Amino acid sequence: MDRITKERALEYLKSANLLDLGEAADGMRKSLHPEGIVTFVVDRNINYTNVCINQCTFCAFYRDAESPEAYVLSEDELFKKIEETLALDGTQILLQGGLHPDLGLDYYTDLLKSIKTRFEINVHGFSPPEVCYLAKKHNLTIREAIEILRQAGLDSIPGGGAEILSDRVREVLSPKKIKSGEWLRVMEEAHRLGMRTTATMMFGSIEEPEDIIEHLDVIRSLQDRTGGFTAFIPWSFQPGNTELSKESAVRPATAIDYLRVLALSRIYLDNVRNIQASWVTQGLKLAQVALRFGANDFGSTMIEENVVRAAGVSYSVSKEDIVHAIKAAGFDAAQRNTYYTIIRKY
Amino acid sequence: MLDRISNGGRLTRDETVELFRSDDLFSIGKLAAEVSERRNGNNAYFIVNRHINPTNICVNRCKFCAFSRSKGEEGSFELTIDQILQRLSSGFENSQAGRGLLKQGCGFSEVHIVGGLHPDWPFDHYIEMIGAIHRTFPRLNIKAFTAVEIDYFSKISGLGLEEVLIKLRESGLQIMPGGGAEIFAEGVRNQVCPEKISGARWLEVMEIAHRVGIKTNATMLYGHVETSEDRVDHLLKLRDLQDKTGGFQAFISLAYHPKNTEIGGFYSSGIDDLKTIAISRLVLDNFDHIKAYWIMLGEKISQTALLFGADDLDGTIIEEKITHSAGAMTGEGMTRDDLIYLIRKAGKTPVERDGLYNKIWTG
Repeated sequence: MDRITKERALEYLKSANLLDLGEAADGMRKSLHPEGIVTFVVDRNINYTNVCINQCTFCAFYRDAESPEAYVLSEDELFKKIEETLALDGTQILLQGGLHPDLGLDYYTDLLKSIKTRFEINVHGFSPPEVCYLAKKHNLTIREAIEILRQAGLDSIPGGGAEILSDRVREVLSPKKIKSGEWLRVMEEAHRLGMRTTATMMFGSIEEPEDIIEHLDVIRSLQDRTGGFTAFIPWSFQPGNTELSKESAVRPATAIDYLRVLALSRIYLDNVRNIQASWVTQGLKLAQVALRFGANDFGSTMIEENVVRAAGVSYSVSKEDIVHAIKAAGFDAAQRNTYYTIIRKY
Repeated sequence: MLDRISNGGRLTRDETVELFRSDDLFSIGKLAAEVSERRNGNNAYFIVNRHINPTNICVNRCKFCAFSRSKGEEGSFELTIDQILQRLSSGFENSQAGRGLLKQGCGFSEVHIVGGLHPDWPFDHYIEMIGAIHRTFPRLNIKAFTAVEIDYFSKISGLGLEEVLIKLRESGLQIMPGGGAEIFAEGVRNQVCPEKISGARWLEVMEIAHRVGIKTNATMLYGHVETSEDRVDHLLKLRDLQDKTGGFQAFISLAYHPKNTEIGGFYSSGIDDLKTIAISRLVLDNFDHIKAYWIMLGEKISQTALLFGADDLDGTIIEEKITHSAGAMTGEGMTRDDLIYLIRKAGKTPVERDGLYNKIWTG
């Protein structure tokens, strides 16, 4: 089958009948995953600090170092969170935080080593902005920074911080955050070192349809070169409590926008095996619908989620709820690990 | 089969059961969208309305209900007629409906009134309530009392159904909501709401209401313990009655909410919600409107349902208590702007309507 071109994708995004688009994405999902299994991972988001110098306009989570709400997690708190995660059959922690001006490379390597010596758990951590920040601070190349983190115990890198990989949009949304090229560079280096990563996209802020297509295209091109992305995760900007929503009247993306972008992502990213539905931003019911619009993975059980919650969205969901939601949508449910290997069927 | 339906054929019972069992979401959805388009063009309706529950004290105490209380129980409440009038004396200044009605001090085009079966209130109290609202706001559409309440009024007053309905109509009631239908199948009904009137009685009340000139809605509560066949039988009974009377304005499928109820269980799936809407659109070929009731389905599924055969999102509501008692994750109300935004983003034309589906404003 011929690959969909950028021009055709743009046309679909702007004007295709949503049900036609969904049906095409559903067909593609079926041919990639004919066994009818929808996977999820049991993990915990651990945000080691909320202090961040980037201060992105779409974020409600960050604080200044001087803020009374600023924190850096202590080792004891961290270990307790990991123990709780393991007790719930968790296989992974998603370790991400703000760009804290006082935390150096030693903090990160010590943190990783302390986790790895105590626990058998996959550390999926430090998105590209964090990696670049460390590299710059210590005059390392990106490759060197990743190698050091990897040696200390980092297993895989989450695709956060991609937002929209279009510098025109980033200039408004996150002027201090790394540019598109740097984000892609971190991922490419990580893939070359044999690490797997995910890729995300935050849409529904101020981007144009062209920016979404550009984003999908750079992900597809990099994946052609490296094959290192395990999954693609589109989610929509949540405007509550953010600078961006105070400055401009950005209304949240609707369900139909979400399904359209999701379906198009499945169709465009023919070389990325897994597409995640985002129940955290869309709720369980729309996430179930997403399973028929291209998604084959339900993401994480999210034992703890701070960042989206800070933007006023909160769904409390147990593993039992996730398994039932997947089954009720007409699929078999299975727990997977970071690498999308199935470890338990329900 | 879908071709035949596309050409105006009627779905049989077996065919409809087959549709519920099918996982061909897209063919069903697209055909439902086509049927909806034929009937209502690209329009999606909404209304600036307000819900009022006069009391949550109820002698029925259905197992799926988390709203009702017994008399004297903590959390029980009763509104006076003055309190009801007060709640209506405000509203959306930007409502198109409100521009006309605001002169009367009311910003809504419809009030939706349902409540518990109160052990002490006499039928006259309800007549007074409706009469007072109608006298105060003569242009407000009054939609009030489910078939279950009408049956109860007949019992407590000793009057026949027809007399009860005529008295209410004469006091100002124009429309009845479709609640209390739940699922008609007797076995299931005995499990989920043994104290409630039978399906046959619900249909009888509706038939008489239609005959005396009251328009009504119809509902189906699904996603609890019913089978596909139960759903189909329910829909077919509604279709039969509509053939006879033509008095139903809209059909509303109500997704069961499991929290704080005696039955428990899970929320229905978003896929089932969309499929149920689409199939309803296909079976109920004599209904003008299929409503995706956002308070029950959530605004995300409701918006999506506009592409699966639904043509109405209901309204601003303002204050919803019944579904929220059972764990609805939606807000209790939406603004007029929110509704217009959702409809536009679905690629539909927003049309503000009154309680009788007269067009007030087209966007």
